[in-house]
Amino acid sequence: MSVRVGSAATSSPFPKAASAALDDSQLRRNVKHATDIIQLKRKNMTGELPDWEDLRTAGHAIKNHTLRYLDIYLEEFERNFKAHGGVVHWARDADEANEIITGIIKRRAEREVIKVKTMTSNEIRLNEHLEENGITPHETDLADLIVQLGEDRPSHIVVPALHINRVQIREIFERRMPLKELGIEELTDDPEQLAEAARRYLRSKFLTVNVGISGANFAVAETGSLVVVESEGNGRMCLTLPDLLISVVGIEKLIPTFQDLEVFLQSLPRSSTGERMNPYNSIWSGVTPGDGPQEVHVVLLDNGRTGLLAEEESRETLNCIRCGACLNACPVYHQTGGHAYGSVYQGPIGAIITPQLQNLEHSKSLPYASSLCGACYDVCPVKINIPEILIMLRGKIVRESQSTFLGKLHPENMAMQAMALVFASSGLMTAAEGLARVAQFPFVHNGTIRHLPGMLSGWTQTRDLMPLPKHSFRQWWAERESKRNREQQ
Amino acid sequence: MRISLFITCYNDLLFADTGVAVVQILERLGHQVTFRPEQTCCGQMHYNTGYQRETVPLVRKFVETFAHDEVICSPSASCVAMIRDHYWKAARMAGDAELETKVLEIVPRVYEFTELLVNKLGVEDVGAYYPHRVTYHPSCHSLRLLRVGDAPLRLLRNVGGIDLVELPNSEECCGFGGTFAIKNPDTSSAMLADKVRCVLNTGAEMCTAADNSCLMHIYGSLHRQRTGVRTVHIAEILASTRTGEAKTPTFTHATPNEGGRE
Repeated sequence: MSVRVGSAATSSPFPKAASAALDDSQLRRNVKHATDIIQLKRKNMTGELPDWEDLRTAGHAIKNHTLRYLDIYLEEFERNFKAHGGVVHWARDADEANEIITGIIKRRAEREVIKVKTMTSNEIRLNEHLEENGITPHETDLADLIVQLGEDRPSHIVVPALHINRVQIREIFERRMPLKELGIEELTDDPEQLAEAARRYLRSKFLTVNVGISGANFAVAETGSLVVVESEGNGRMCLTLPDLLISVVGIEKLIPTFQDLEVFLQSLPRSSTGERMNPYNSIWSGVTPGDGPQEVHVVLLDNGRTGLLAEEESRETLNCIRCGACLNACPVYHQTGGHAYGSVYQGPIGAIITPQLQNLEHSKSLPYASSLCGACYDVCPVKINIPEILIMLRGKIVRESQSTFLGKLHPENMAMQAMALVFASSGLMTAAEGLARVAQFPFVHNGTIRHLPGMLSGWTQTRDLMPLPKHSFRQWWAERESKRNREQQ
Repeated sequence: MRISLFITCYNDLLFADTGVAVVQILERLGHQVTFRPEQTCCGQMHYNTGYQRETVPLVRKFVETFAHDEVICSPSASCVAMIRDHYWKAARMAGDAELETKVLEIVPRVYEFTELLVNKLGVEDVGAYYPHRVTYHPSCHSLRLLRVGDAPLRLLRNVGGIDLVELPNSEECCGFGGTFAIKNPDTSSAMLADKVRCVLNTGAEMCTAADNSCLMHIYGSLHRQRTGVRTVHIAEILASTRTGEAKTPTFTHATPNEGGRE
């Protein structure tokens, strides 16, 4: 089995990728503008609910319970989906899922597919695989379409084109759409005009392409239903117009009962787009004769997910309902945007999902791409304690590194071991403090430290450091105590 | 009340004045401060960077050092958060059930400094005088881990002569994050640039917080740019008085037994 999460295995480490992103002024302005707006909307929409915290707790409890008994619910879902005329496939990894999907399409000799926004298909790089097999995928979610036409990568799990503004969108459409054929003489960056161009471009696809591919926000075990929520209605087109519908769904998307949707259909839209309800909520259970797709498949994807089930703390990662609130709240994401994470899953949730799906073999810089400020945990509608999981993953990475000879000799490990030794004894700590006071001498100029060597140079490249004061607190205390004792005698 | 001070390693080494201020305030309020010289570091840097095994001896040391103290106070929100949220996990990870029990027993007696004043001692006016324009940065760990709420602001609002100005976008992290500032210096600096821009926009002379670690970070940029704006720990503001002598403090909502002089 080979787990693949987009191109994460070959992406640059976060600090390097972030450094490049930070130099892109337009990207930073776009990201800041968009996250500011979404954050404000989310705050208003969650703030108006008196039971918002209860919804979070309920979402957390439902997901925890489902993941604890996932085997049972998956089989229940399979039975019920089949009972309604659907076909269920199990895929251990990205390759298996891709093979299954292209196999189904090839049997019908179809050459084009229309896609509903699906992160999971990005995870397995389905589009590339389809193209290699002579099948043309058309993204129909407006943001995904922009990313696809721009030959770009998604930068946000809910708003894939968050890093692009309308001037840039106009340029992409101008370059990639047959505007004349669509009856558009001149395209401006007016949002309505851009939406109209996309509408005309997509309309012909909706009416002619006979295969739809989707993901799912939820899979209901009790009824064998799949659920997709969206804002544009383009998803609804893909889910209802083609004759063949294939949905690729991560196994963590299960929820036990239809009534559980009551919680998530409130918490998801409020968290993700700051809406009370998604404009389009599509729910389908197998095949309805004479109405909608007459051949319906679901590919249940593992791709590393079962590896997260064993430990309680890791398992919580799979609670994620992909709302993107943690990205919008993250001060790191605010600066770098999503590409720096090198994964189809960005931001704080990406920093824990991506490395864990790959069994910590790749993306080891991601758990460190956080200041542990806790903003992500505060907004999470299913209460994933992301900072705790980041710390746990750091621990695993360090312990694995320490098990090798080179890892033991790594300057960071040596420094940490030395400090652990010093902190073990107050006597040693006092001695080390004295030593530090002497050692700082060559670096102090005019009462400040402007340059430090080695690992610490990261600090002084943009920040001064105040030199150590003449006395430590413990020295002050000891002097005061001895003075008091003298006075008492 | 007897209050045992956990100064924390970096305050001991870098910010002795903060510790002195804490002692002055608590003594001014009529409490007796003790300092146990065996104390060292809470282990947060090790723990958060992934060196959790190396943290366990420090957990043990803390629990042993402060085992018999009724109230333990620290002028560092992030170190208190470490003790409160992570000590039991470190003990559990080490498979030391006895240590875990000891941790759970000691944690309710550990207070962050402003928390101690407002929530435990019921004091909001410590009789301070500080004639400066000040803005307050709610550090992430005081805000989202300890949930100290507006305790620091209540204390600051009662300071005589102070011109307290609200910090825009105050709840966003300054970008310090311990070793994050060194492992991701570019992103950290970008976050800091935003924070410093907000501080400068207030026109304040001083930026204060309940954590010297964040303040050290903010200072780093303020000083590099020679802005002339300083950072100061909230305890040092609260220790300042008009005459240098203590004023009778106001006890707002604690009973005399809880909050009064002994």
